Order: sequence, then C-alpha cells, then structure tokens
Amino acid sequence: MATIENLPSPSAERPIGFGRLKRKEDARFIRGQGTYLDDIRLPGMVHGAILRSPYAHARVVSIDTSRALAHPNVAAVVTAKDLETLGLAWMPTISYDTQAVLAGDKVRFQGQEVAFVIATDEYSANDALQLIDVEYEPLPAIVNARKALDPDAPLIRDDKAGQHDNLASPTWEAGDEEATNRAFAEADTVVSRDIIYPRCHPAPLETCGIIADFNPQTGQLNIWNGNQAPHAHRTVYAHVAGLAEHMIRIRCSDIGGGFGNKVPVYPGYVCAIAGSIVAGVPVKWIENRTENLVSTGFARDYVMRAEMCSKDGKITGLRVDVIADHGAFDSTAQPTKFPAGFFHIVCGSYDLQASHVKVKAVYTNKAPGGVAYRCSFRITEAVYLVERMVDALALKMKADPIDLRMRSFIAPGQFPYETTTGWTYDSGNYAETMKVAMDIAGYDDLRREQREKRERGELMGIGVAFFTEGVGAGPRKHMDILGLAMNDGADLRVHPSGKAVVSISAQTQGQGHETTFAQIVAEELGIPPEDIEVRQGDTDKSPYGLGTYGSRSTPVSGAAVAVVSRKVRDKARLIAATMLETRPEDLAWEKGRWYVKGDPEKGAMIEDIAVRAYGGEPMPEGMEGGLDAQVIYDPPNLTYPYGAYIAVVDVDPDTAQVTVRRFIAVDDCGVRINPMIVDGQIHGGLAEGIGIALMELLSFDAEGNCLNSSFMDYLIPTALECPDFELGETVTPCPHHPLGAKGVGESPNVGSPPAIVNAVIDALYETHGVDHIDMPCTPARVWAAMQGRPEPPQ
Amino acid sequence: MRYDATLKVNGRAYPVAIEPGRNLLSVLRSEVGLTGAKEGCDDSECGACMVLLDGQPVNSCSYLALQADGREIVTIEGLAGEDGDLHPLQQAFLDQGGVQCGFCTPGMLISAKALLDRNPSPDEDEIRLALSGNLCRCTGYSGIVRAVQAVAEQR
Repeated sequence: MATIENLPSPSAERPIGFGRLKRKEDARFIRGQGTYLDDIRLPGMVHGAILRSPYAHARVVSIDTSRALAHPNVAAVVTAKDLETLGLAWMPTISYDTQAVLAGDKVRFQGQEVAFVIATDEYSANDALQLIDVEYEPLPAIVNARKALDPDAPLIRDDKAGQHDNLASPTWEAGDEEATNRAFAEADTVVSRDIIYPRCHPAPLETCGIIADFNPQTGQLNIWNGNQAPHAHRTVYAHVAGLAEHMIRIRCSDIGGGFGNKVPVYPGYVCAIAGSIVAGVPVKWIENRTENLVSTGFARDYVMRAEMCSKDGKITGLRVDVIADHGAFDSTAQPTKFPAGFFHIVCGSYDLQASHVKVKAVYTNKAPGGVAYRCSFRITEAVYLVERMVDALALKMKADPIDLRMRSFIAPGQFPYETTTGWTYDSGNYAETMKVAMDIAGYDDLRREQREKRERGELMGIGVAFFTEGVGAGPRKHMDILGLAMNDGADLRVHPSGKAVVSISAQTQGQGHETTFAQIVAEELGIPPEDIEVRQGDTDKSPYGLGTYGSRSTPVSGAAVAVVSRKVRDKARLIAATMLETRPEDLAWEKGRWYVKGDPEKGAMIEDIAVRAYGGEPMPEGMEGGLDAQVIYDPPNLTYPYGAYIAVVDVDPDTAQVTVRRFIAVDDCGVRINPMIVDGQIHGGLAEGIGIALMELLSFDAEGNCLNSSFMDYLIPTALECPDFELGETVTPCPHHPLGAKGVGESPNVGSPPAIVNAVIDALYETHGVDHIDMPCTPARVWAAMQGRPEPPQ
Repeated sequence: MRYDATLKVNGRAYPVAIEPGRNLLSVLRSEVGLTGAKEGCDDSECGACMVLLDGQPVNSCSYLALQADGREIVTIEGLAGEDGDLHPLQQAFLDQGGVQCGFCTPGMLISAKALLDRNPSPDEDEIRLALSGNLCRCTGYSGIVRAVQAVAEQR
C-alpha cells in the first residue's frame, strides 16, 4: 500500500491540480505531429470539389454536367436534381430555417453551392469544375440590410411557402418600453448613434472539411470532421440522412481553430456524405480559403440604432433597435428561445433604470450565418454597442469615460443582480477591476502624455471598455439548440493502476482541453495530470453534450468534470471506510487520499482505493465494483465573466494609420484553472479584436460580389499589428460553478473592439471633431472621418 | 506526364515522379508522407506551409516541387535532433505558451529558425517582422514572440 510519503509532490512546474502546467497536447504540435483532417487518408478515398455560383442572385436555367463526367478521373457529378431523389436537396439550419444543399432553381448568394464533383484526386475534381456548364439568368441582388424590406425589394426566399418579403424573423423584444420612455423623459442628457457591427469572419487557419465513409455492408457511416459540436452534428446527420445515430460515428482529431466557424453543418458535408453513401467509398472534401471566407459562417452584420441617457451624472436608460442581416438562409447560432441570441445583455455592466431592445432579422443575397465568432451568441455586438454609447454619452457630458462608468457600475452589494432585460448576473466587483486596469495603464500619466502630444500635433487616443459577458449556455429550462438541451456530459474511470480516463462532450479547437480537464480531475482527486487521459471528439467514446462554443467548455463541461470527479471521490470514501475499518463520516479528504480524522497517518490513497475497487476483496455492502462515474451537467445559470480593457493608439496625422501601441486587459473570469492557458486565450482574443476593429471586413459591391475572398483582402492581424499585451486579473468566483470558474475564451474578442474604436475617437475628437466611426478603422475610413466625410462600411 | 526528381528532405533523399504542376507542399504531404507542413490558404498568405529551401524560408504551397529537385529541404519534422531532442525553439514554444491549435506552429517554427539562423540575437521588432508572413489566429503572437526572444537570449 502506498504511504503518505508517496503522495505526489506538486510544484509550480508540475501542479497536481490548478496552476501553470505546460500543455500536454503541445508535445505533438511542436513536432508537426498533430493529426488534422487533411492529414487523414483512407484506402480507396476519392475527393470532392464544389462548383459555386458567380452570381449573388440568379435563376439557374440549366446545368450541363456531360463534359465534366467525360473527364477520365471523375466518378460522379452531383446536382440538386440528384439530391432531390435522395431527399437531401435541402437541409435544416440551426435556426429552424432551411438551406439548399445544392442550388436548384435559384442561387441566392455568391459562392452558393451548385454542383459537387467526385474524382480520384483533388486536382482532377477541381479541373472538372471548369467543365460544368451552368446557364444563369441574373436577378437584382439585395446586399444592404436596410433595403431588404423595401416594397420593391426582390423576394429572396421564394422557396418558402407564405414568405412574401425578406423578413427572416419577426421583431423580438426585451426590456420595458414604457419604463424606458420614462427614463428618457426624466433624463438630463441623451445621445443617439447609428452603429454598425460589420460582417466579419472567424477564418480559422484550418478551413472546414469532412471525410465521409459509408460502409454499404454494415450500414455504418464514419465521419472525420473538425467541428465544435460532434454530438449535435451526429443528431443532425441522423435526421437528414435517415440513419440511426448509433450507425454514425464522428471523430474530430485535431482542429486548427474554430472560433464559431466550425459550429454549423455545411452543404459540403452533406454532399460528401451523400457521395459516400452512393459511391460506397470514402469521400474527402476540404474547402479552400476562398470558399471558407465567402460561403461559411460569417459573424455579426448588425445594423444598430441606439439612444442612451443619463441623469445626475449616471447612466439611466438605453433604447436599441437592430436589423440583423442573416444572409440568404438563416443559420445563425443561438438557443431556440433567443432569436437575437444574447444580444439583450446590451445593458452591460451598469445599474440602469430601464432599457428596451428590438431586433428584427432580414434575408439578403449574402452568405448565410451568422455564427458567434469567439462570442456567446451576439454578446459581442451588445458589448460593442453599449461601450460605444457610454463613450458617446461621456463626450456629450464632457465627463471622463472611466468616471462615468465608475458612477454607473452595478455595485458589489447588488449581486446577484437582475438586469432590466432579464439576466441574473452572478457576481462581480467592477470598480475594483477597473482600478487595476487604470493602475497597469498609468491612466493619469497617459492623459498627461496625450495632452503633451496634442500640443505637438501628434494624435494619441486612450480608449476604455468594460464588458460583462454571459457564457456557458445554459440551463435546460431556458436554453436548447434544435430541441437539444445545452448540457454537457462527463464520464470518469479510474483504472486499477490509479490512472484515469475522463471523456467529455466538449471539443477542443486549440483551447487545451487535454490539459485543463486533466487538471480539474487532478485537483479533485489528486491524480497527477499526466496520468489522466482526456477523451473528446469521438461520438463513440464520449458522452452526449453540445460541445465547445459560447465559452461553454469550462462553465459547463468543466463543471461536469468537477462533479463527476466528486462522485468518484464520494465512492472512494465508502471504499476507503471499508479498507480502514471505520465509518465514512470519520474520514477526511486531502488531495489524493482519504484519512481518518484524528489519526491522519491512517489513510488510503486514491490509487490504493482503485486497486481495492477492482480487486478480489470485499466492497462495501451493496456497492458495485469499479471506480467510475458519469454525469450530465445542467448549469443552473450562465456565468458572467467581466473585464476592464484600456487601449492606447497612435493615429498617423498624414496617413490616418492606427497603431495599437499598448493594450491593457484585466479579466475577471473567476477561478483560473491554468493561468498560462487563460493568458493565451486572452492574447488570442485580443489579436482578433484588433483585427475586427482595424482590418477585418467582409464587404460586398452592389451586385453582391464579395470583395474579401482571400487573406490579401480579408486582413487578419500579423505579429506586426499586435503589441505585447499587458494583462492583469481580479478573481471573483462564480457562486454556482463547482470550481468558481466563469469561462474566458471570448472575453477578449468581446471587450477589445470597443476599447480600440473608443481610443480612435478619443484621438480624433478634440482635433478633428470625430465623434463616431464604424469598424474597421482602416486608414481610408479614418482619413475620411478626419476630413468630415465618414463612410458606412458598405 | 510525370518527371523524376529527388527531394532531399531533412537529410534524406526521396525519389519522386510528379506532374510539373504539383506544388512542393502537396508532394511533401502526399508522396514524401510528411504532413507537418499545412495548407491554410494555398496562396502564400498564411505561412502554414513554410519550409526551408537551402536555408531560406519559402511558402511550399506556391513553390513548384520540381524546382526543389536536388535542393536541401527542411520541414518541421527535421527540426528536432536525430535522437529526438527538441530544437531550442520547440522547447521554448512549449514553455512560453506559443502553441494553441497547433496548425500554424510548424510554419511558425520554420520561420523562427530561419530568423535565428541569419540573426542570432534579433530584437522584438525584428522578430515580429520576421514572423509577419505567418498568420496565427489563436495566440495573439505573444507566446510565440516570447519564445523566440527566450531562445535568442540563451545564445
């Protein structure tokens, strides 16, 4: 039997539990030995390629595939007509809409899928695309959401019975309109702004793709596909293809980033599955970068009108009216009961008197979406709006933007706090976090430097944003996607060796699940993390759950792993009591062992308990052998991480180039399991935020041509655009999460764009009178604003 | 029509017969069987396919395989020593949190090695410039830049 001296000794380098543990998965990544989708080759595999529409809106007059079929390496060319015979021409979206898998009579956005070629190799498949002759009859296109409901607007979704306009969803409201009217009537200062959160794209470095392998003998469909929600995907395929779920197995292997882009089911996936079912061989389809940018899940595209008011120096009311552009098919990602996602968290971190939010969605001739690009269902749009509005209000009040926020924050004693739109924030001390950010930034010194620079004609801006996020969807009584409760499962098995396997329903796309989830088990059971294998991404080997997006992993799946570990610990206690010939209530726990209260030398380590659980000696009366447990975790509430961000920018007076010189991010995400991984998440999200604020844009010309179809036009930040980020932290545990953790992945993407845009305006208001600018703050757009000619994004 | 060529990859010769239109990346991944280099854009924009060609970093997605005939190619698989010892950059990426999804990592390490081979003690600006042809969507570059700095400081 192991002794107390043999308890594993933790260290900063090698924590048994929480701490800066180096990532387990990196050993393979630094050697180039990760296994991503395109690294997988199956015997007899053929390759798919998709012919896409050059038009944003057009009738398909005819499709002639004969020349492509004559290509010696082409096995099949699939069109909508072929899919109709299989009942696969249309598929459901995650928002209860329908989407054409391949276009039949009409194309509705540029880049829409028209035909699927299957050939022996990817070169031949792509060559054959040029041999398909499609005759189109172009139609006028709608690319501007504000014009989608004009009476003379062409009807985009004439496939839908009863659809007579381009309204994608009726107006959805939150808050209290009358109370809001009263707040505005009583206010002493009111500001209004038209604010656009433009269309952008998650653009993970690995594009989307699939390998579908249907075995006609067994009826088994094997799928390899990097996606963020393998179990939900399997359920969708079961419905679409009419197969039983147990006959479908999805494996994710390593995923080269997701950021929301790998949540939806895409037409290429259905085509590859259909191709494999028909051909009886594995079909691989991997999109290229252009296909990724022009056809898969975009993000944002919210056209917003907002008013904010204050009384006696404090923010009191907010009124918001939004048009959401969903593109040609509504495949936005959000829980069923929330057609505008969590946008109504728009009252932010402030103790408002009242607020009212209206959102309606329209169809346009643009790619379908929008997904939550590192975002919990439209919270990014909400935070951007409220933080821009607070700065607009501060400008009018001639108040310091931090002072106005400090005066208006929800106070620590008000938590749990119910917002005027119905959220119950769990915990927070906002002013403390703001102060930490001011200290790191040296806020007063920065203002002094700014004044001195202005006198020299230099343009420097200091921008502030304070966000509250709601992540970890969510309680099953409120939240589902396609009728599936937003819960996550965990199975934990401690083997006779004392080493463990934990299977989870979340799926990493780079977040470090193999490390973080092992650390949770280690913290709860005292088993070293290197002895804990984390299984994920294989629907045959993991419990059901809704996956990784909306910063769900730690709040939901992490909680599941903590709870299942505690179940194992509880069982271990009963076994230990038998081993030590005492009562369970006489035992106390220290990390790794149960010991007798009053006689700490006498105890049983978890590995010895595991030996007993599988061995031949008696178990406690009525208890089954083995040391394992499983749970499905239903979160009682979202968790509400928050943070204070300060951006320092320089604007070149001659070129209008904006440089982010410093970025200070103080996050409170509750208890941090692996601070190194948390820092990395924040760094990555801040870089994306810089991209969105300054560079990233999916824009369209009047005909609906997408103007940003490669990384030459869709600019994502390089190492040159990113400063060395300055991070700080406060820790306010989540009261209802078993570990006190709140989730962090999306916070930096949510909080950084408003900080940067506020900084740009702060640089330009006094000297150039610029009090509003829409993202991205490119040199051309900033220059136009400096000349008094602000331009909308499209 | 296929042409014979010999690709010298990580010190080993690989005879291949390939069509003239094939790019180096696809031949490394398919015929040679080294899948460490990745395709992120197929357009020389992201750097995920970076390899060293006679010591110079090139985007192998945009380089014809036949042009590499007889020249020295180093891929991510050739970075560690023959005994499996990690290159100091690999260890530093692991230590400094320079890796998240891992997809850009092979190309990023190759670019970092090329930098340190020609300039053993670069400053932060030189590191950022040298890595500006390698896109990373996960790390915000902080851990990566610190990893290269850490190795430069050891030298």
